[in-house]
Amino acid sequence: MHVHFLDPYRSGNSLVHRLDPRIKFILTLGFILVASLTPVGAWPVYILLFSIILSVEVLSELGVRYVLKRSMLAFLFVLAALPVIFTTADRIILTFSLGTWTFTITQAGLERFISIFLKSWISIQAAIVLASSTPFPELMMAMRAIRIPRLLVAIFGLMWRYLFVLADEALRLMRARLARSGHSDQVGLKPGGSVWWRAGVTGRMAGSLFLRAFERSDRIYMAMISRGYDREVRAAPLPKLRGVDSLIIVGGLLLLVFLLLFAILFWA
Amino acid sequence: MFLSPFLSPQPMHIPDGFLSISVSIVFWLFSIITIGYSLKRVNRDLGERQVPLMGVLAAAIFAGQMLNFVVAGGTSGHFMGAALATILLGPWATILVMTTVVGVQALIFQDGGLLALGANIFNMGLVGVAVSYFVFTTIHRFSGGKRWGIFVGGFAAAWLSIEIAALAAALELVLSGTSPANIAVPAMAGIHALIGIGEGLITVGALALIYAARPDLVKVQKEPQAGGAALWVGGLIIALILAIASPLASAHPDGLEWVAEQKGFLDSAQGPLYEIIPDYVLPGISNEALATILAGMIGIFIIFCFALAVAYSRKNRQNTNV
Repeated sequence: MHVHFLDPYRSGNSLVHRLDPRIKFILTLGFILVASLTPVGAWPVYILLFSIILSVEVLSELGVRYVLKRSMLAFLFVLAALPVIFTTADRIILTFSLGTWTFTITQAGLERFISIFLKSWISIQAAIVLASSTPFPELMMAMRAIRIPRLLVAIFGLMWRYLFVLADEALRLMRARLARSGHSDQVGLKPGGSVWWRAGVTGRMAGSLFLRAFERSDRIYMAMISRGYDREVRAAPLPKLRGVDSLIIVGGLLLLVFLLLFAILFWA
Repeated sequence: MFLSPFLSPQPMHIPDGFLSISVSIVFWLFSIITIGYSLKRVNRDLGERQVPLMGVLAAAIFAGQMLNFVVAGGTSGHFMGAALATILLGPWATILVMTTVVGVQALIFQDGGLLALGANIFNMGLVGVAVSYFVFTTIHRFSGGKRWGIFVGGFAAAWLSIEIAALAAALELVLSGTSPANIAVPAMAGIHALIGIGEGLITVGALALIYAARPDLVKVQKEPQAGGAALWVGGLIIALILAIASPLASAHPDGLEWVAEQKGFLDSAQGPLYEIIPDYVLPGISNEALATILAGMIGIFIIFCFALAVAYSRKNRQNTNV
């Protein structure tokens, strides 16, 4: 299997890479849960959570810059929370007007906005570390460990296996369109046809992608049958957790619970 | 340029941190129940024979989201695929396929959060699929299985499923106290009304090609799906609730913000979780709101009668055919 540009996994041999995937998975979920439960304005807790995830990033040897760059993805959505600054009723910090509109920034609104921003930034970093340090088969093992139904995990697995094939297929379709429909990146030169025509072309590309997927899945099914598939999805039993691993998971969860209690006791 | 859908998160995928914990949990529960039921249905109706088809189609939807077209200037329309998959694969399998797509987007590509995944699966899986199914089967039946029914139904299913899913996402943000209703609802509704047109056009284009090349794939849907009636009603109810609740919420933001505060209360575990649900049906209702709801209920009644009439005439026609 060739390394695909879509796959975020980065191989390595760090402590984080070697950790049992089930533990990574559960601790990541716990971490995101705690970040989400942390009350608005509990700044020291946010700083602690941030330093935890930052040290995990350093331990994972993925490169802090890499993780931070990927985490920029979350920033666009922050726009959805922006109006909260102006609409929460509280002590007014600043009033300014733009044209005919007057905006008032309130303290509670600002605190709420910054908290939402920090929560989502911290959470996305945890998710990035998990995805970048754990190969997909190990993630599937973690999914089975938390009792996600076998059929669903099997669909996940097959999707992952053919994702790269179909992504390449989609890229080929787009290259073919690029070559034939007079598109130019040059400023001022219009792309070919009307918007409706372009939408129709894209639709037929999607249709042919779906048709190819249907036909491919027929072939895959035949290949599976000829190799002894009996309509039953099986998987190797999960390996046992080592003693160190249970220690890490208990320690990690305790730390998270402690942080959460700290946050709720002092800031809720 | 090819990567743009991956590098720019789609507005419908809610990241972590934007939903309050009770909203996350409630929508996780909805999603888990739906996924469990779909698994059961798929196991019973199709067997695990469909596993490769669902896996590969999930990959196709994911890859299909790379396909985009230039609308104007730097903006481009692209494709989500819930409606097309519902038409081709049937609703229950599509719920699993969309769950897989949204799950991989969150888990691997951080497009949408992990804790918020329940809500995202609810919006794009359950709501998208149920609304598509409801709209497509209704129009398809109404057309008497003619060709135009497939295309009109496909466009309407694609557009409405995007729009209603966006409304669901907006209301989840409002309920979490993350975004004020009078801004989030019109903004999401407005953006997705346009995105939905792109989705509709792509879906029609795809259906045209598939209808020409493999008409058998589109015809599968003519056979009634087991459990389809329940989903049809579900799609109708979801569409109506959201279509009624959203203007209400944006006209009375105070009401919903009050609920959000109450829920902030609940977040610190001071009240039983189940109290949330009766809470947000009623707050801040004035006469105007009551009128809207009444209008909505009359609407439900009319649509229901209409649908029953269509179903009845169809049944009669089948009887005379036999």
